Amino acid sequence: MYVAVKGGEAAILATHDLVAEARRGDPAVPEISVAQIREQQALACARVMNEGSLYDQDLAALALKQSQGDVIEAAFLMRAYRTTLPRFGSSEPLDTAAMAIRRRVSATYKDLPGGQVLGPTYDYTHRLFDFALMEPQQAPSPLGWGEGMPRDAQNAGSPSVPSSDPASPGHLLPQGEKERAPLDATMPRVPDILGAEGLMEAEEPPEGDPRPFDLTRDPVSFPADRDVRLQSMARGDEGFLLGLGYSVQRGFGGTHPFVGEVRVGEVAVEFVPEELGFAVDLGDVTLTECQMVNQFQGSKDVPPQFTRGYGLVFGHSERKAMSMSLVDRALKARDFGEATNYPAQQDEFVLYHADNVEAAGFVEHLKLPHYVDFQGELELIRRIRREREERLAQEQNAMPEAAE
Amino acid sequence: MTIHQMPADDTKPAYNYAYLDEQTKRMIRRALLKAVAVPGYQVPFGSREMPLARGWGTGGIQITAAIIGPADTLKVIDQGADDTTNAVSIRKFFERTADARTCEATDEATIIQTRHRIPEAPLKSGQVMVYQVPMPEPLRRLEPREAETRKMHAWAEYGLMQVKLYEDIARYGEITKTYDYPVMVNGRYVMAPSPIPKFDNPKMHMSPALQLFGAGREKRIYALPPHTSVRSLDFEDHPFRIQSWTQPCGLCGAGDSYLDEVVIDDQGGRMFVCSDSHYCETRRAEGHRGTMLGDAAASGLVEEAAQ
Amino acid sequence: MSAQAMIAPGFSDPVFQSQAAFRALLAALSEPGTLQRVTGEIAPPEGLATATAIALLTLADYETPVWLPEALRNGPAGAWLRFHCAAALVDDPTEAAFAVLDGAAGEPKLSAFNLGTDQFPDRSTTVIVQITALEGGTALTLAGPGIPGTRAITPQGLRSGFVEGLRENGALYPLGIDVLLAQGDGLIGLPRSTQIEEAR
Repeated sequence: MYVAVKGGEAAILATHDLVAEARRGDPAVPEISVAQIREQQALACARVMNEGSLYDQDLAALALKQSQGDVIEAAFLMRAYRTTLPRFGSSEPLDTAAMAIRRRVSATYKDLPGGQVLGPTYDYTHRLFDFALMEPQQAPSPLGWGEGMPRDAQNAGSPSVPSSDPASPGHLLPQGEKERAPLDATMPRVPDILGAEGLMEAEEPPEGDPRPFDLTRDPVSFPADRDVRLQSMARGDEGFLLGLGYSVQRGFGGTHPFVGEVRVGEVAVEFVPEELGFAVDLGDVTLTECQMVNQFQGSKDVPPQFTRGYGLVFGHSERKAMSMSLVDRALKARDFGEATNYPAQQDEFVLYHADNVEAAGFVEHLKLPHYVDFQGELELIRRIRREREERLAQEQNAMPEAAE
Repeated sequence: MTIHQMPADDTKPAYNYAYLDEQTKRMIRRALLKAVAVPGYQVPFGSREMPLARGWGTGGIQITAAIIGPADTLKVIDQGADDTTNAVSIRKFFERTADARTCEATDEATIIQTRHRIPEAPLKSGQVMVYQVPMPEPLRRLEPREAETRKMHAWAEYGLMQVKLYEDIARYGEITKTYDYPVMVNGRYVMAPSPIPKFDNPKMHMSPALQLFGAGREKRIYALPPHTSVRSLDFEDHPFRIQSWTQPCGLCGAGDSYLDEVVIDDQGGRMFVCSDSHYCETRRAEGHRGTMLGDAAASGLVEEAAQ
Repeated sequence: MSAQAMIAPGFSDPVFQSQAAFRALLAALSEPGTLQRVTGEIAPPEGLATATAIALLTLADYETPVWLPEALRNGPAGAWLRFHCAAALVDDPTEAAFAVLDGAAGEPKLSAFNLGTDQFPDRSTTVIVQITALEGGTALTLAGPGIPGTRAITPQGLRSGFVEGLRENGALYPLGIDVLLAQGDGLIGLPRSTQIEEAR
């Protein structure tokens, strides 16, 4: 009806009310608090911080609450707020070697300085529902092997840490008190260990160590440098990067990666104000860093060496960091003179399509009215069909004459 | 408890006039000046993340925010109409953030932000059209890589576009592009006019108004200064032609406007009405009556002008 | 006196003054040859016309290197620009996003500035040329985008050969610098898209 385009303003106001109602759900159920989301949905908050490009756990939790748990909508809220924040400058580079480690695993060495730290992970949980979580818990509930089984007494004090078999510690650190104690102050990163031997592709900052590009302030041009690619991926959609990383593993851009190391923990952020001239500690951020070691390259001039794929993201976000490091290595294809036939190797493809806020906006804009354009198509198709019928009719009329 | 409170200064959140910060406005303004100096060339700009969704007009919004001032009167249309939901939403945005004076009358507006239409009423010198652009690159459908299309523009290599249009003719007997129909600007750059129907293309040519184009998601700004040559691409033996209808607007009887088709029952009933809602209302107020106006007014769908 | 005390004030109301000034600049470059007035009620530093100072306050910042003639760079104008715009002052004209020239000075030539590149013609320098009067001089006839038919301007205070330089610049289209003629609070835009003929 013609009226469908009228009353836009009233409709918009009404939909805002309906959203508020849907968000609250059944009022008989207690309202969730931002603090609850921050503390109990921390992995979702981490994803919102990553894709929203803003490290703020409270705001991430608020965004999730406001968006009914829609992660992309929450990231959108974060970004729209972030864009209005004043910029005071850039922090000093973070030193992830000095990370206060919560978790650190390497797939390339059985043991290494600082040791392996299993830390919190879903990796060895069995994905069986813990129906006890249906009810509020008195103490933190263990994951995985605990359900319905007698719990190992020695681990009772640290139930959030999955137990390892003390009889065969293998490469795992002993659990318990030591697990909670500070680990080695610095743990060398695996690529640094390989680098000391000259086996890892050296990573030098560009000449003059310029401030990294910021794609939220300046338009990107192609080919894109690595700082741009890494920034784009760090804020890119986890699912998109996961799919791309997986495609690389399956042969769409063959690299042969090993997880040199994944580490999760807290790193201090320091800032040097112009007027002070020395670094001020701004606090800690939780980060996940992944370094993939990839099959070696070499040429006449350069002896064979491993190449690096890098991922660094906010919060505990291993899947994202690993996917990012796979795609980072794939995007280096051009630098190593490799073919760039597959999507994960093409910077323009990856960078333009990794941004889920942009992608969601453009996909969803198809909901907006397009009747002007559609009318143009209707007019065209009707006319072409009409003209075709007329032509066919003429040809048919002409035929008997031609036969005579 | 949190550090995210807006500055204590009470009721109004601390957003700048017209939402964007001054540094961002300067960046957009610089891009706009280069855009008018090279008509039809797409200037990359540091498109900001906006509180409205990408693809919903953030390019146009950023341009409007960078140019609007207290002396302006803003009109916002989507599909030619002032009252479609997204037009309402964008108009509200500027009423909230810039205390903008808004209007529906085309000739009262100093800035007209639009999606998909150019108003039927002729534009005037001093007016600024701001187009929301989803895909600024006219060659994108032919060549997806930005690195390649940029070279094609740099060297004015538009053969691929000619081939594509000619393939249409070979297959259908005419060029089948009905909207976002590519144009040649000032004899140099092929430009996407945004998804306006090709019916509106001739209005761009030598328009007395300044025309600015913003693509927020794709981060491009381009422009047509007033009195600039804008030629729709065609061939000598297949000249450019615009849409036409066999019947006039059902409400105001206009025979020269772009029409929307409205399905009025499930028996195949159709009604054609002006897509430019203000144009249609103005004509009805002047006493023009379409054949369906009585029915539409009787069922309360439109207000019939007092005679 | 401290350096800061010597620096003349900038906009008293930056949001609205720069908005109004920008619209004048936009009109100047989109309708070449029209005389646009900027009103900002500022006291420009020595060596800068009011229009020049307002244009730079409106457009320049830490992202836009500015080239000034040496005397201006080392004088109050340079200090004023650094203070109000946080703009870097550069020696090399090809690095400049904005430049200020004396229309009568022989050097540098317009072609010494950044002309942009084939793929990014927008990266060229915008040159503000300060002259003695915007009207009353020898007539120049302009044509091109922004101009219905032709438009005449009569600037005064351009050195001989300057118009030739503008014509050479126009021949580079779509590359080339964009020029703003400035005097008092008046501006005339001459973008690279404008073709210029000296009236016979």
